[in-house]
Amino acid sequence: MTSRREFLQAGLATSAILAGLGLSNWSRAMAQQSLTQDQLLQFDDFGNLTLIHVTDSHAHLRPVWFREPDTNIGVGEAAGRVPHVVGETFQTMFGIAPGSPQAYALTYPDFESLARSYGRMGGFDRIATVVKAIRAARPDSILLDGGDTWHGSYTSLKTMGEDMVLVQNLLGVEAMSSHWEFTFGTTRVRELIEKCNFPFLGANIYDVEWDEPAFEPYRIIQKGDLAVGVIGQAFPYLPIANPKWMFPEYSFGIREERMQEVVDDLRGQNVDLVVCLSHNGFDVDHKMAGRVKGIDVILSGHTHDAVPEPVLVGETIIIASGSHGKFVSRVDLDVQGGRMAGFRHKLIPIFSDVIQPDPEMAALIDDIRAPFTADLEAVIGQTDHLLYRRGNFNGTWDDLICRAILEERDAEIALSPGVRWGASVLPGDITREDIHSVTSMTYGQCYRTEMTGETLKTVMEDVADNIFNPDPYYQQGGDMVRVGGLAYAIDPTAPMGSRITDLRLIADDSAIDPSRSYVVGGWASINEGTDGPQIWDVVEDHIRTTGGARQDAPVSNITVKGL
Amino acid sequence: MLISRRGVLAASAGLAALGLLPIAVRAQDAAAAPAMTADDMIAEFTGGAAVADGDGVTLTAPEIAENGNTVPISVDAPGASEILVLALENPTPGVARFTFGPLAASQAAATRIRLAKTQDVVAIAKLADGSFVRTASNVKVTIGGCGG
Repeated sequence: MTSRREFLQAGLATSAILAGLGLSNWSRAMAQQSLTQDQLLQFDDFGNLTLIHVTDSHAHLRPVWFREPDTNIGVGEAAGRVPHVVGETFQTMFGIAPGSPQAYALTYPDFESLARSYGRMGGFDRIATVVKAIRAARPDSILLDGGDTWHGSYTSLKTMGEDMVLVQNLLGVEAMSSHWEFTFGTTRVRELIEKCNFPFLGANIYDVEWDEPAFEPYRIIQKGDLAVGVIGQAFPYLPIANPKWMFPEYSFGIREERMQEVVDDLRGQNVDLVVCLSHNGFDVDHKMAGRVKGIDVILSGHTHDAVPEPVLVGETIIIASGSHGKFVSRVDLDVQGGRMAGFRHKLIPIFSDVIQPDPEMAALIDDIRAPFTADLEAVIGQTDHLLYRRGNFNGTWDDLICRAILEERDAEIALSPGVRWGASVLPGDITREDIHSVTSMTYGQCYRTEMTGETLKTVMEDVADNIFNPDPYYQQGGDMVRVGGLAYAIDPTAPMGSRITDLRLIADDSAIDPSRSYVVGGWASINEGTDGPQIWDVVEDHIRTTGGARQDAPVSNITVKGL
Repeated sequence: MLISRRGVLAASAGLAALGLLPIAVRAQDAAAAPAMTADDMIAEFTGGAAVADGDGVTLTAPEIAENGNTVPISVDAPGASEILVLALENPTPGVARFTFGPLAASQAAATRIRLAKTQDVVAIAKLADGSFVRTASNVKVTIGGCGG
């Protein structure tokens, strides 16, 4: 008798072969200049159920440029393992030809020139086309949204997330989990949930006072003759990484024992399949998959990783579907006798020039944007180089933001949060919408304060441990705090408190003095009552004052060692 | 659904209070004797007996505290007569010593504790057979990061 594990491994191999075929098809297609929607959607139907996963769009309604990271260091067991593989190493690992559409979609090399060849990616009107096509082929499909959907754009900030709920409802989302959603505050989250035609799930969201579950933990979705248990898992460290005063009623956490309890509850109800719609981040999901028993599929969000093949941990598969609308995952499953007997998967790249926009969704997006068109399209200045953020350390967008803080706020040192959201900008115009893509938030005040050298080092060590702690359960996702006016060296493998060395002020190349006070400017403080102008206004003023973004003297100087 | 859960909770909170009756809690015992180190307290609790790591006692604590001033923890040691909880790096490491009487329905307790900084929280249980088992959880107290 064939064991379930063998079935799974056979499934993975099948999937890998398909991915390989898909790739060679693409390469040929490009050689023939004939990449088509049919090729992108091509999929040999498999099994009796389909999961469709979108996550971390950060409210990017329209197609974007988005450069994948050049640095994504994995520590401990995660070193050298997906998603901690970038660039040429990533291409080699998955057999991707340099310069191919997959290389453009999934890796950073030659981004700028490939972007000009292949165009923008994403856009909810294109996503709607893909979702409709999958549903037409597979009536028993479930569309699941991993969260970080309501936040991240000019229109989402102006409508306080409502634009995204309209889009989710039209798209036919069947459940979502959450993270930045909570930065609209408890009252607004409650209001928006009322407008959702689908459940907002969070098994790990607890009431602070009662220490009891505060949200619906799961929903059993019936498709054909299958009962599918979908568990929501919110970002575990919301009250630490984001301002908890905005949602003081709630406590989060990984709560592994709670996840096991919920899985056991669903298994006790004889569901056919257990799916975890997670906003844990990939490494946390990888560890959780090995410790919580009984989850068939983890749809992983938060860390924005686009992984071309499912990762198998025990008998659980982990699917990671990227960010900013660049990808939609289709997972066909063969579910028999209350077990997943096999799967087939495709990470569908949303090439916006190849996939036709869905007219209904395109019309909704136009309606959403109409009142704000002049603001969105206002050209603030030009950039002479590619602006991007993604990566463990400063990107060029971060350098520009930090320079804006240093100059507009007359600071010696700038700090900018290591978030992973924000689209790239090719050389040319920078619009107000572009600036909001990398700054939009409900706590964007740009503060100016004094900090001793010792405090600065403590802050940086603390953030570094949130990223490079060898135990994923102690990681918060995100990247290293971005700095301006500062040089430092970092050893990600060192213990907490000794990763950061050689802190220097770039202005006069002096060592940071632990006892001296420095003027520090920054934004996205989690403290209530932070004063200052909004960061997007600071950046806009800076671009207007200086005439644009120019590639000049570095605003930061970071040396990575110990790897 | 939430309303009714709260109703149920309010009722069960009453039951929980009743459940606590057989238990004598001497929280912050050690505060009265700050000179005692964690090792001293463990030695006093075990009378110098060997302490095994592993099964028999469960300590549930968050990996990262949302608020170091009030960290929810719970301990569970089926059949135990006593559980000692210590925060090793606090100025006074003593947190609580739970004593379960023979009529206690379960040998579990939950409370909220204060942690001065990132550290191990340790629970040592005296099991029914008189042996001791120990478990620990590292709880990080952080100043916060910048989430993705």
